[in-house]
Amino acid sequence: MEPRVSGVQTREERTAYLFLTPGLALFLLFVLIPVIAAFYLSFCRYDIIHSPTWIGLRNYSRIGQDLQTHGVFYLSLRNTAQYAIGTIPLGMVLALALALLLNAGLRGVTLYRTTYYLPVVTSLVAVSLVWMWIYDPSYGLLNHLLMKLSGGRISPQSWLGDPGQAMPAIIAMSIWRGLGYNMVIYLAGLQGIPDHLYEAAVLDGASPWQRFRAITWPLLKPTTAFIFVISTIGASQVFAQVYVMTNGGPNNATTTIVHQIFQNAFSFMKMGYASAMAFVLFGLILALSLINLRLLRGGEVEYV
Amino acid sequence: MTRRVLTPTLLHVILALGAVTMILPFLWMLSTSLKPEAQIFRFPPVWVPSEWMWSNYSRAMEAAPFGRYFLNTIIFSVAVTLSNLLFCSMAAYAFARLHFRGRNLLFILVLGTMMIPGQVTMVPVFVMLKHWPLVGGNDWLGAGGHGLLNNYVGLVLPGAVGAFGIFLLRQFFMTLPRELEDAARIDGCSEVGIYWRIILPLSKPALATLGIFTFTAAWNEFLWPLLITSKDSMRTLQLGVQVFQTQYTTSWDLLMAATVLITLPVLLLFLAGQRYFTRGIALSGMKG
Repeated sequence: MEPRVSGVQTREERTAYLFLTPGLALFLLFVLIPVIAAFYLSFCRYDIIHSPTWIGLRNYSRIGQDLQTHGVFYLSLRNTAQYAIGTIPLGMVLALALALLLNAGLRGVTLYRTTYYLPVVTSLVAVSLVWMWIYDPSYGLLNHLLMKLSGGRISPQSWLGDPGQAMPAIIAMSIWRGLGYNMVIYLAGLQGIPDHLYEAAVLDGASPWQRFRAITWPLLKPTTAFIFVISTIGASQVFAQVYVMTNGGPNNATTTIVHQIFQNAFSFMKMGYASAMAFVLFGLILALSLINLRLLRGGEVEYV
Repeated sequence: MTRRVLTPTLLHVILALGAVTMILPFLWMLSTSLKPEAQIFRFPPVWVPSEWMWSNYSRAMEAAPFGRYFLNTIIFSVAVTLSNLLFCSMAAYAFARLHFRGRNLLFILVLGTMMIPGQVTMVPVFVMLKHWPLVGGNDWLGAGGHGLLNNYVGLVLPGAVGAFGIFLLRQFFMTLPRELEDAARIDGCSEVGIYWRIILPLSKPALATLGIFTFTAAWNEFLWPLLITSKDSMRTLQLGVQVFQTQYTTSWDLLMAATVLITLPVLLLFLAGQRYFTRGIALSGMKG
């Protein structure tokens, strides 16, 4: 850093601000101001036709009441949690297992990697529609396969039409869709582990499981932390598949936080209440991310 | 060098079973899209159509204005991609290479916006676009019309720059050697010239990565076009197909034909530009 007279802009500084102006102006207009506006709206009654009226904490106390009486927002929180618990651990374990298999030096790795990644680039609308057809109670592929594999012992299920099965069905589809993404990140993490560590471990007579416990798992910790944080944030915002496949039904069994925000804001025109919900979601994501980072920060290992 | 407990054959069997699970829904979609209607509602289902109904595709195209949706999606995706490439690279250049007061603070603020879920800003941005002054029948106070709703500008502008893109490009710019720039500076090249003639050409791989990511995300975007467009003539493909689905709930042949059509372009893009996808993950995923 060269010494600089305060108050005087250098040519470099002027150029820097010039380069930053379009980006920062857009952030100001479409992120910063809207966040402040949303915070204000969360204390208002607002239906977009009439101007907002200040109602203090009433939106938030309504959320509190809803939580106490197990209303729709409570259900959406519960469903979102169920979605997160259903997708994240299983999705991560499967992704890690696949990445380990792909990292074993087989031929045809590129082909497998491409195949597993296909659902990731396909839109949620498209995969949701295909899976709706797969889950079709009368003519769907899944019921057929289950009947065939069980020799007729499993009778056709209604899947998305059954309150107890709809969320698991959405979870299964979402794991299928997200697997390739997590797998590719794990693969990148695995490829960053130097070979000589494994060679030394083999010389010392370490079993594959010991090698995994002592080398792979600890060195993958930053990767695992990254995937975990990203997946948690993603799961708390789940929307498109719910909107397309069930629209929150049957009987609110699959409604999620974002689905409730969307419905309240744009179907019921309760934009103040929806903004309050959005801030509850914001707080939730912030808290979860901080807890995750806290938990996963510790014990980072570095081998030379 | 790792685990010898599993033989290569067994590994291949496991991986192939997984791959079949990945590919099966796509085959099912393709198979359904080419079946005659009578074969759709058959239990147990048939995989190979008795007759290849290519006409399902033209029937689907006629049932809704998919040509228009396609055009809208192209305009939206291309505009979002180009503006992100330009604005993100400009900001990233300033953050990576130029000295100015408040640089670190601004950079942290930009990264901080990634923590804010889009659902928080969604309502005010919608209101702001609706009341944008002097467009879409609005007066200078923003009242009277629909503003930038049902408008390409309204569709593109809120997503025209992204913190992730700035971060990705800044990381890449920092790895570029400084010698070329210093030589150009001595030769009297301006900062704009250095950015345009040296940094951008050297960053083609990173720009391609960001471009291909942004394009795919925009092509597949659902929630934002759902909010901003209500007119049929402004809908994107994802939206069009979803609306199509609510109207033709049981026409799985037409629905799957439409689904194939909206999926094919990104699948082809992915197959052609695969290495950029993997590189993007390597660039963004690990340490900051």
